[in-house]
Amino acid sequence: MTDLPLPLETEITPLGRSLWQDARRRLFKNRAAVASLIILGIILFLAIFAPLLSPHPYDEIYWDRIQAPPDFANAHWFGTDGNGRDLFIRTLYGARVSLAVGILATLVSLLIGVTYGAVSGYFGGKVDSLMMRFVDVMYAMPFMFFVILLMVLFGRNIYLIFAALGAVEWLTMARIVRGQTLSVKRREFIEAARAGGVRTYGIIFRHIVPNILGPVIVYATLTIPQVILTESFISFLGLGVQEPLTSWGVLISEGARVMEESPWMLVFPAIFLATTLFCFNFIGDGLRDALDPKDR
Amino acid sequence: MLRYITFRLLGAIPTMLLIITAAFFLMRVAPGGPFASERALPPEIEARILAHYKLDLPLWRQYFDYLSHILVGDFGPSFRVRDFTVFELLKTGFPVSLKLGVLALIVAAIFGMGAGIAAALRQNTRLDYLVMSSAMTGIAIPNFVMAPLLTLVLGVYLSWLPVGGWNDGAIRNMILPITALALPKIAYIARLTRGSMVETLRADYVRTARAKGLRARLVVLRHALKGALLPVVSYLGPAAAAIITGSVVIESIFDLPGIGRYFIQGALNRDYTLVMGAVIVYAGLIISLNLLVDIAYGFLDPKVKYDR
Repeated sequence: MTDLPLPLETEITPLGRSLWQDARRRLFKNRAAVASLIILGIILFLAIFAPLLSPHPYDEIYWDRIQAPPDFANAHWFGTDGNGRDLFIRTLYGARVSLAVGILATLVSLLIGVTYGAVSGYFGGKVDSLMMRFVDVMYAMPFMFFVILLMVLFGRNIYLIFAALGAVEWLTMARIVRGQTLSVKRREFIEAARAGGVRTYGIIFRHIVPNILGPVIVYATLTIPQVILTESFISFLGLGVQEPLTSWGVLISEGARVMEESPWMLVFPAIFLATTLFCFNFIGDGLRDALDPKDR
Repeated sequence: MLRYITFRLLGAIPTMLLIITAAFFLMRVAPGGPFASERALPPEIEARILAHYKLDLPLWRQYFDYLSHILVGDFGPSFRVRDFTVFELLKTGFPVSLKLGVLALIVAAIFGMGAGIAAALRQNTRLDYLVMSSAMTGIAIPNFVMAPLLTLVLGVYLSWLPVGGWNDGAIRNMILPITALALPKIAYIARLTRGSMVETLRADYVRTARAKGLRARLVVLRHALKGALLPVVSYLGPAAAAIITGSVVIESIFDLPGIGRYFIQGALNRDYTLVMGAVIVYAGLIISLNLLVDIAYGFLDPKVKYDR
């Protein structure tokens, strides 16, 4: 391909509704999904503006108010923890960590999974079967144990959590993307792109990936709660983020230890975690219904 | 059938080898060691300890030594729990973890499928909505939140059940851990069963069965059920893996003497052989449960042929 033919992308305004407009309309009709979006938005707002919302810093210790029940006079709306720190602000800082881990690790898994799956599906043949065999072998690994091992052995490093969880979660994504790629790559517009001289890299990332975004987005939305859950699980075992930083898993594990005397230490972080997982699941379900062409 | 099982068992060998290799080198790359303490030992003594446990050999020698010992079922001595071999430790923990895992899986399958089928048969009624909304709650509340909450209500406030301990596997002591372990899976299985049952009830062969005048109960039991349960059974493999993993946390919450605490303790203490032993047992457990599930799948789906 020495002489490049005419550029393929031409500006044509399509008439009628696009897939995405359609999907958005259907998503907004789903009451559970809309409610979840709103609640999640509130939690996200609380997490981002956490320092402005409480008079207490997240690591300040009040020696005279250790493990105190919720108390409005001192603005400890959720009470204080075993070290006399305000639980409301700590729950919100936990939200920051949990949400950040959830979103970033999902992005890592997206990056690996989409690339891997698209390459595998596009090249097909021996490359495909080799790459997918590798995924099969990885599937059989008890990954949780390796994540736990990693955390124990290399210290509680928050970046390691991102990487480890992302590295675990990409497998299913790769399978989904591969399957979608197989069904898209035989279509005419790919043929046209190839005839037009677009290079392999360009075909995969400019033409295939944008056309399989639907299932990818749905699965990514369902991966986020998965990752948040896994992070809490690790933190619960005492292997997650380090003091004075906190996450929901840490707070829940601290709360579970003293739940008989101070149930508020368990209940508030647990409600936040469960609500967030709830919302992501509902949004994922809603997106699937909105984007799945089968149910139209 | 026998051929299929042999084939699958052979297929597990490379997976197992990969797991052992990854765990072995991961532990060794990490800083610290089983005998590294704050107080430095005199060099001669440290050298003798290392020599005793053959930790002074080059890493690849240790690796192949370990592999050859594993082949004959020798897990080696524990580095930190003195006078115990890893095998002895795991032997005490294994029945506990196995019982917990298998019972939770059975409970999850029975209750999940039952609730799902009931919801599908009474589609869009109050029962359906009730089952589906509790399923959503069950999925959103992780087992390590469920466990303390259950303990708080049933164990502490109402004191119906013991809050922890094994008590030689008394049923009373197992109810809470098994419930906590099974609940999220019950929820997921119920959703899965309902979905596939609803689809199956619309299938042509079910309509045929109805059309020839078969009673409703027989249509469901004899025709619809088998087809509807296929996706559910194939989910039991991943469910088994999740339950086994979850048991690590549940064991620590309820203070049960399973392998979970050996795994965590071993990793914290850099007790190489103990962690390796625990990882191998867990991986073996997951692989065999998966195999069992796949065999069960063959009984349900006539399209699956095990020979060849």
